Amino acid sequence: MPLTPITPYHYLVLSAALFSIGVVGVMVRRNIIIVLMSIELMLNAVNINLATFSYQLHDGAGQVFAMFIIAVAAAEAAVGLGIILAFYRNKETLNIDEMNTMRW
Amino acid sequence: MLESIVFYTLATLIIGFGVLVVTTRNTVHCVLFLVANFLCVAMIYVLLAAEFLAIIQILVYAGGIVVLYLFVVMLVNLQRQPATAPGRRPQARAGFALAAVMLAELSAILVFSASHPASVAAAAPPAPSGMGNTTMVGLLLYSDYLVPFEVASMLLLVAMVGAIILARKDA
Repeated sequence: MPLTPITPYHYLVLSAALFSIGVVGVMVRRNIIIVLMSIELMLNAVNINLATFSYQLHDGAGQVFAMFIIAVAAAEAAVGLGIILAFYRNKETLNIDEMNTMRW
Repeated sequence: MLESIVFYTLATLIIGFGVLVVTTRNTVHCVLFLVANFLCVAMIYVLLAAEFLAIIQILVYAGGIVVLYLFVVMLVNLQRQPATAPGRRPQARAGFALAAVMLAELSAILVFSASHPASVAAAAPPAPSGMGNTTMVGLLLYSDYLVPFEVASMLLLVAMVGAIILARKDA
């Protein structure tokens, strides 16, 4: 089977598929840790997009922005998991359907 | 030819591990599949000539963030299984529909732009040779993007303080 050469569109399709998997995870799963992990998948899809265009346009700005996204994802994971720990200590649950109070 | 084989292998692994992350019941297994997914994405970065980004991906994502997830998963060992809420199925169906619509839209945009490749021709000339990927990224980070770089460091500091305060026992 003759394989076509890899173009940026291949990478973009991969990124779109990974992003859609992340969307399904956020919408379908009810465990908040898995929802956060699905968000990480979506951020990774965006990073693949940025790296692809950086490669295509010979411009390093895409890689720099991907690095900023990684930094923000690290901050988000730290604060999000802190909130999950605090919530779990109070309510003994990880189900986001039961996370419906602003204070208790 | 070799690039095609590597790309299709990596793409299959990425999609497969992504599906496993979303579908697996055991949360610890989910986190481990996430690590595998991140490592494959790092190899995609190498394929895209972004070696420094690949190293950062392995160090920060696969090494740091995932370990954080693993700690939290093991700290909150769930005794009771989360009860499946009664009104859950419609939302799941809506989630699949939303993802399908988004995938269709993104594919439509891609097919459309693939048939109009004029914009690709406007690519900038390649960077001067003799300058590695890390050198280029470092120069950009410390010249054009110095202010965002410092803001990112401040954000990480604030996030660190916030996470410590949130996760304290007597908070």
